[in-house]
Amino acid sequence: MANDKSSMQLVANGILKENPIFRLALSMCPAVGISTTVMNGFMLGVAVLFVQVCSSLTISMVKKVIHPRIRIPTYTLTIATWVTVIDMVLAAYMPEAYAKMGIFVKLIVAFAIITMRLEMFACKEPVGASFWDGLGMGLGFMIGMMTIGLVRELLGSGAILGYDVLGFKPLLFFILPSAGFFVVGLMMAFFNYIELYYKRKKGFKS
Amino acid sequence: MNLTRIRLVSLVALVCAFIPALVHGQGLISKQSFGEKNEIILKFSAEVNKAQAANVSNYSVIEEQDPDIRLELASAVPNYSGDGVTLHFKQPLNTAKTHVVTVSNLSGDVKTVVKVSKPYLGYLFSILISALLINNFVFTKYLGLCVFFGTSKRKTTAKGMGVVFTLVMVASAMMSWFFFNFILIPYNLNFLEIVVFIGLVSLTVQAVDTILRKVNPILFNSFGVYLVLVIANCVIIAVPLMMANNKFNLFETFMLALGAGGGFLLALYLMSSVSERMQFAKIPPTFKGLPIAFIVAGQFAMAFLGFSGLQIF
Repeated sequence: MANDKSSMQLVANGILKENPIFRLALSMCPAVGISTTVMNGFMLGVAVLFVQVCSSLTISMVKKVIHPRIRIPTYTLTIATWVTVIDMVLAAYMPEAYAKMGIFVKLIVAFAIITMRLEMFACKEPVGASFWDGLGMGLGFMIGMMTIGLVRELLGSGAILGYDVLGFKPLLFFILPSAGFFVVGLMMAFFNYIELYYKRKKGFKS
Repeated sequence: MNLTRIRLVSLVALVCAFIPALVHGQGLISKQSFGEKNEIILKFSAEVNKAQAANVSNYSVIEEQDPDIRLELASAVPNYSGDGVTLHFKQPLNTAKTHVVTVSNLSGDVKTVVKVSKPYLGYLFSILISALLINNFVFTKYLGLCVFFGTSKRKTTAKGMGVVFTLVMVASAMMSWFFFNFILIPYNLNFLEIVVFIGLVSLTVQAVDTILRKVNPILFNSFGVYLVLVIANCVIIAVPLMMANNKFNLFETFMLALGAGGGFLLALYLMSSVSERMQFAKIPPTFKGLPIAFIVAGQFAMAFLGFSGLQIF
């Protein structure tokens, strides 16, 4: 099915058309939980990207050997292995960033998006396509996290990536934990608005 | 007959487990407890010299875990009748930890050492309350949002789902505790914790799936696809991970799992009550579905911020 799609199309699909956070609405926990700054979003995005690409590759390599009835436990164990790897690497080389993300690095193992991608894509498609699909999904997740982080950091502390941009702090509320729900909800509404706008435009034309 | 004996033995074992928390005072000091945030109150079994009791250098207080750090005393105020003293500290105490108070020069040259700690049952209860309200897993820790938004459409489903979640959490947390303490730690296999915990959680969910299918098919059908989603849910795997982080013992783990499950049930029930009403509300088309659910959850989260000052014990 996807053999005719080019690698770039697969990546773009993950970033735009099936963006894990805004379009598929999967893996909302980290999107709300630790997206207080752009840097946090970026770090967790990198971790998810790594786990997604590696498990996609692994599953697509061994897909012929896996019996269909035990495929879900196999996925879970594969993801758990790669999460352990990234968990230990981050704890060893970036202890500060690791401390900020807290328990969420270990919780990547339970992110629905990774399991879903393995079930929908990697267990049917060849290795190359799975790699590009995993890359697209990981990048989509990372960009989504960074966008939410950007909004919250800019509005909450008037800075981007730690550099003071506005010179004042507009709304401290956005740094507070509960603002995560509001920001994600409003951004989803915004994307819905754009979609409805284009649909209406098309409707008038035809 | 046999059953009664087993019950008796387990009761005695339970009492023995709690006795160390009860029997602390001996000798000079008959009673000790935490007062306000930076106070420790001592009660003496005999009358003591008031001037000696007011001397700050007669007391030395440390936390049991770090014996090197002496906590600084601001003053020691004996009470009117001379059989008690209140120690004031410069910094607020961490009342969750056991403190060791050494008293000297009050009755001859003998040093008296007492341990001050909160009642253990109270500590267990505070873990429960903390997981249930103060650090509610959905509204202040943001875990398990996929299932939270997916199953909070109707009250009946929400209630059933919350109960099943609580059961799975308690069962898997208990099993994880045994595996962590008797296999992972003795053989130095801590790095395998993620793999082991996720395996145990999947196992529990599979068991619940099989049991529920036989015992209560109606409830089983109403869950549909979400029961499988439980595996891919961060709430459940978070409990064993927190247990491993904080090195909780069996009772504490049980309370944490119970509180986390109860908190999830509470959150699901609150959310489902609101979404049942929202079905009749006029919502702008751009906000229909998930966006409005997120806004409502945000308001709940703000309300739950109010619990952050709650301290019972």
